[in-house]
Amino acid sequence: MKRLISIFLFSLFAQLALAADAAPDALVRDVTNDVLTIVRQDKAIQSGDTRKAIDLVEAKVLPHFDFKRMTALAVGRDWRQASPPQQDQLIDAFKSLLVRTYSNALTQYRDQTIDFKPLRAQPDDTDVLVRTEVKQSGARPVQIDYSLEKSAAGWKVYDVIVGGVSLVTNYRGSFAQEIKASGIDGLIKSLQAKNKEFAGGAKS
Amino acid sequence: MTATPVDRTSRLQRVGATVAIVVLTGCATTGSGHPDDPLEGYNRAMFSFNETVDKAVMKPLAQGYDYVTPKPVKVGIGNFFGNLADVWIGVNNLLQGKVRDALSDAGRFLLNTTVGLAGLFDVASDIGLEKHDEDFGQTLGKWGVGEGGYFVVPFLGPRTIRDTLALPVDFKADPVGWLQDVASRNVLYGVRAVHDRYTLLGVEKTLEEGTLDKYTYARDYYLQQRRYRVFDGRPPRARGDDAAILTAPDASLEATTSAAVQRLDLAALDLAPRAVAFPGDTANP
Repeated sequence: MKRLISIFLFSLFAQLALAADAAPDALVRDVTNDVLTIVRQDKAIQSGDTRKAIDLVEAKVLPHFDFKRMTALAVGRDWRQASPPQQDQLIDAFKSLLVRTYSNALTQYRDQTIDFKPLRAQPDDTDVLVRTEVKQSGARPVQIDYSLEKSAAGWKVYDVIVGGVSLVTNYRGSFAQEIKASGIDGLIKSLQAKNKEFAGGAKS
Repeated sequence: MTATPVDRTSRLQRVGATVAIVVLTGCATTGSGHPDDPLEGYNRAMFSFNETVDKAVMKPLAQGYDYVTPKPVKVGIGNFFGNLADVWIGVNNLLQGKVRDALSDAGRFLLNTTVGLAGLFDVASDIGLEKHDEDFGQTLGKWGVGEGGYFVVPFLGPRTIRDTLALPVDFKADPVGWLQDVASRNVLYGVRAVHDRYTLLGVEKTLEEGTLDKYTYARDYYLQQRRYRVFDGRPPRARGDDAAILTAPDASLEATTSAAVQRLDLAALDLAPRAVAFPGDTANP
């Protein structure tokens, strides 16, 4: 549980690049730098304005994530049992949950610095891992890695791994539990209820 | 993580007694069937007890500390305790055969204790001597001792049985505990506990808003992260299988999906090439 903060905190920076064919490591670096530059100058976000952080994430980060694949990964083996409309609802609800969580984490960002590791991949790879390291004075550095896949629309992030923990597959346990108890619709309802409860990103 | 500065001996005794009781009665406990969590009933109860204690005591203290303490002072306090911890971290690296890391830890301690003014400044990190994270539980893991299941320790939070049993060794090796003067020792315990909690402020908000079941999420998170640390590993790159979940033709759907998921689950456990077997992974209590 330790360092959950930094974990969620940085999961979000896997982002951005306007050019669809930008290299995956450049994409991660540019989006991260872009978002952090804004956060450093935004007193509202720093003081916990989640709504504003969500707007930032939706504009800068969201376009670079493959939420369908993320949701399928989080749901695991029950994914194919969900009908297409159920899948859409799941994607929608999970996306809101992740965006809100990451936006919250962003408001916690202070003065950590980020090292971007050299990309170890072949030029024709379509699935790569971009590795970064977050440093904060007085604390052990935290590894944050991004899995990206090349699609027609450019590189898309489908997993974020913080300190060895996949933020996507870590949901699998609780999702499976929910499906076992009340089915796919039960999981959709729980996610939607959670989103409704915290909608609007109330100031903390 | 939410340690309170209670008397050390009585805390140890209490933890020890609890472990003994739980281990003895463990086989009779039934949970929802997670293979790494045979004591789920007890663990859930203790998790919620710890949450209550945290809400009533540690969190308010940490918030107060955060509010009244200037940022540079907080960094200095974190560095100070981090420096004390580097000694035991280095010993554990040595016990795990990582001589290079152990030397680096020794260098960190010498440098930060002198040039860094008794550890208040982490000058070693600035010159590239990276801080490590080791404890006796990780050393046991490296030696091949199995996890023995998930276990929520009273006041301290998530551990495995193995790491819980290693706790007394970590406590003994804690330089703060060597202080003869009980009053200043307890002050240091208290400040460290509050500072540690301060570094986690905001986590409960994330857990509250971002998860369906806090307990399950925290457990799975802890176990994955712990395995990663034990092996100083890198996460697996076996994710390609997951594409099967999305693209498998309906006919072969079941088999492909479950195979992919199974491989993935294994990959998640196998955070580093395994030099040693994990008895805890396969043993079914």
